[in-house]
Amino acid sequence: MTGTPSKKILFISRHAPYGSSLAKDALDAILAASAYEQNLSLLFMDDGVFQLLAHQSPDHIGQKSFAAILPVLPLYEINSIYVHYESLVKRQITINELVLDSVQIIDSKAVSGLLAQQDQLLSF
Amino acid sequence: MSTLHTINKSPFSHTTLTSCLQVCGQQDGILLLEDGVFGALQSAPCAEDMSDMIEKGIKVYALASDINARGLQEKIRKDIVVTDYNGFVQLSIEHNCVQSWY
Amino acid sequence: MIFSLAIYAAPYSSQANHSAYRFAYALLENGHTLYRVFFYHDAVHLASSLATPPQDEIHFTEEWQKLAQQHNIDLVVCIAAALKRGLLNQQEAQRYEKPAHNLAAGFDISGLGQLLDAAVTSDRLITFGG
Repeated sequence: MTGTPSKKILFISRHAPYGSSLAKDALDAILAASAYEQNLSLLFMDDGVFQLLAHQSPDHIGQKSFAAILPVLPLYEINSIYVHYESLVKRQITINELVLDSVQIIDSKAVSGLLAQQDQLLSF
Repeated sequence: MSTLHTINKSPFSHTTLTSCLQVCGQQDGILLLEDGVFGALQSAPCAEDMSDMIEKGIKVYALASDINARGLQEKIRKDIVVTDYNGFVQLSIEHNCVQSWY
Repeated sequence: MIFSLAIYAAPYSSQANHSAYRFAYALLENGHTLYRVFFYHDAVHLASSLATPPQDEIHFTEEWQKLAQQHNIDLVVCIAAALKRGLLNQQEAQRYEKPAHNLAAGFDISGLGQLLDAAVTSDRLITFGG
């Protein structure tokens, strides 16, 4: 892939953590993708916004905490992280409850615009 | 650039179609397949939102094989275009990206 | 155009694999190229050599094998998703000292980088979830 211009690739994570592995699969995919020097971004939407809640303790359900994993995203140079505003409102989640403070909260119209800018969408 | 949205869940039991309609852009297209074709019924919970989108110019399609499998031929909205897999391929080319809602 | 498909649903448990197969068939009939099909999440089960559906039902594993052979399609199964679900090729079975391997012919086990490569190499990447 060296030499070809980088593509804008948006990962869209819409599933709640823990109940199905799709949320974790999305994170694993974007972390693996970070090695390939593409223009990556991540959008949390619908039940996906629950992944961002700060005080998660999944030890007793045998899984790893998203609240512990998500803060490593910037270390992998994944800095374009978006959260759908209306999904937060519907679930009565406030910004100060989120484990990441470097996210961009965007409304439905902006999500539409974000999708329109991409070269590929990876749907989770 | 525009997006083709594919939906495979029934709006009677999932909010997937509602979420899609929230973020659909004016140049985008929507393809209903599998259980998503129940979203093509007049009785669908988001029928009014769907009408608003269609009035704004968004084209909504539904896969014939899934409609026929479920016996919905006479119940599909007239303002939705029934298509096949060749049509699905063509739509994926006409739009820049495909977002799968499942 | 160059297409890739990402499939995340188990065969038979939902329609996703059938929809993906129909789409693949149509794009090839229309003269396009299918670069890769990436099996992730529960879709890895499609790559089992032990799948034995009833004779009057579609044999997804065999159908994808035939299509891949005819059209030189790369069928890739995510290694992490496969191992935890008990889909192993001979190399992994030896590595983990398992009594058998069951990856069907024509499928390769590889990392998530292949999904990203498919996104970069293809004009269109379409996901089929359950």
